[in-house]
Amino acid sequence: MIGDIWTMVWKEWREIFLQRGTFRGGVFSAIVIPLALLGIFIPWQEGRRWAQSTIAPVLWVWLPVFLVATMICESFAGERERKTLETLLASRLADRTILFGKIAAAIGYGWGLAMSSMLLGLVTVNVVHGQGRLILLPAQSIFVVSTISLLASALAASAGVLISLRAATVRQAQQTLSLSLMGLMFGCIFGLQALPPAWKAWLLRTFAGANLITTALVGGAALLTLDLLLISAAMARFQRARLILD
Amino acid sequence: MPEIAVRTEELTRDFASVRAVDGLSLEVEAGTVFGFLGPNGSGKTTTIRMLLGLLEPSAGRAEVLGFDTRTQSGQIRARSGALLENPGIYERFSAEDNLEFYARIWRLGARERRARIRQLLQHLGLWERRKETVVKWSRGMKQKLAVARALIHRPSLIFLDEPTAGLDPVAAAALRADLESLAAADGATVFLTTHHLAEAEKLCRRVAVIREGKLLAVGHPDELRSQRGGPKAEIIGRGFTQAVLAALRSLPLVASAEMQNGRLSISFRGEADLAPVVTLLVSLGVEVEEVHKGKASLEDVFLKLMEEEAT
Repeated sequence: MIGDIWTMVWKEWREIFLQRGTFRGGVFSAIVIPLALLGIFIPWQEGRRWAQSTIAPVLWVWLPVFLVATMICESFAGERERKTLETLLASRLADRTILFGKIAAAIGYGWGLAMSSMLLGLVTVNVVHGQGRLILLPAQSIFVVSTISLLASALAASAGVLISLRAATVRQAQQTLSLSLMGLMFGCIFGLQALPPAWKAWLLRTFAGANLITTALVGGAALLTLDLLLISAAMARFQRARLILD
Repeated sequence: MPEIAVRTEELTRDFASVRAVDGLSLEVEAGTVFGFLGPNGSGKTTTIRMLLGLLEPSAGRAEVLGFDTRTQSGQIRARSGALLENPGIYERFSAEDNLEFYARIWRLGARERRARIRQLLQHLGLWERRKETVVKWSRGMKQKLAVARALIHRPSLIFLDEPTAGLDPVAAAALRADLESLAAADGATVFLTTHHLAEAEKLCRRVAVIREGKLLAVGHPDELRSQRGGPKAEIIGRGFTQAVLAALRSLPLVASAEMQNGRLSISFRGEADLAPVVTLLVSLGVEVEEVHKGKASLEDVFLKLMEEEAT
């Protein structure tokens, strides 16, 4: 099954890179430019502040979610829109292989690019602004950011599958998923603000003394639960007998 | 491989209140080209989807390559190739990438992949254009590529759903020739649906005719012709009035007499005995210029079956 999933990943990545016409052009715009911008240019400009910024972790979580959301709609709704899905379903690949191959390709690209940018940024800051001293991000931050961004990417991917399978076009799927993700984000922010004072106080008491790892574990567990629920729903929905009737 | 590649027993599929396939029972011998003929919406594509295990039958059963379509559909797809209603070509990819992807799906090794891709593209005359993005290709070239994709893993059984639909006559003839030679080279069974009856007549050892999901006839094209369409004659001349046609139709040996494109077309019951017909025509004042004797085409048989079913 791993070999078959890799075949799907190979095909999905090739489709992304060929969006710009040529493979080299695609690699340049989908990998080289983001890496140069996020991993070299910004850290170069920001210097030591880049490693100490409290905003940066939000970027490393949000960036893969955005990339995965874009790619997953293209992958699922696009396959149906371009009328290549039925032929793929008529092949020897199992339903789950196709599903997990597409999800792995989207997460592998989005999360991989974000983590690579973060590590490249660290190298850039050290090379340009290190002045003989090693600048490192706190190990806890790296662990929390990489885990939460992976789980958030999986959430975007599985939600994207469900939305794409119902959408008529890629554009419709992307719009619906973007609105859903924004709704989720603003819902959390405004929801927290709207909580009764007693609840807010309880939350503050609970998390004020807790360290980053504890908070991340709670958030991670919530994300993981949501991921498992949505992936189970995607597995139930992504079945030949149902897809062929869409 | 079993001697019977496809066997269906009372295969039925309903979509809400519509019965798309109705009690279909047929057998397809291994290593032959089998034509599945019928008008639009007659249930051909639904049948192929059920045989590939993409759709569950509502009733009845089917066995493909010895495997049950309900419980062993993965085994069937692993041994089959398919060119469905849509060619299913990735248009951003080159021809080589399209075949590479499907060759990887069927787990061909790297060396075998390269050799097979080269062999198929050379055979189809596409090798020189293998690096081009497919989006710029003509429909005929895309169909050829889809045929190559269906054959990439040397399947035991190939499903071809209207492979020449939408092609110009030259492209269709070229694709037919390619299909015939490629399928013969691999010794595969071909399950072909088509509207093109001359195509079926040329390629298929046996054909089945389906309408509104029901099987109307099955057999060798010659058998169907002898059962459903007698010998024919075409007469060119002047003076074919309604009275002449009525007189001809009254002859016991004449099954039908129609004017088609200014020519008199006659179908016979039993043997085609032209002498009494020509004698009658001349006696009625018709100037006979040419007489052509022939046999009913598969198209005649098809149309007759459609008429019988409608009445």
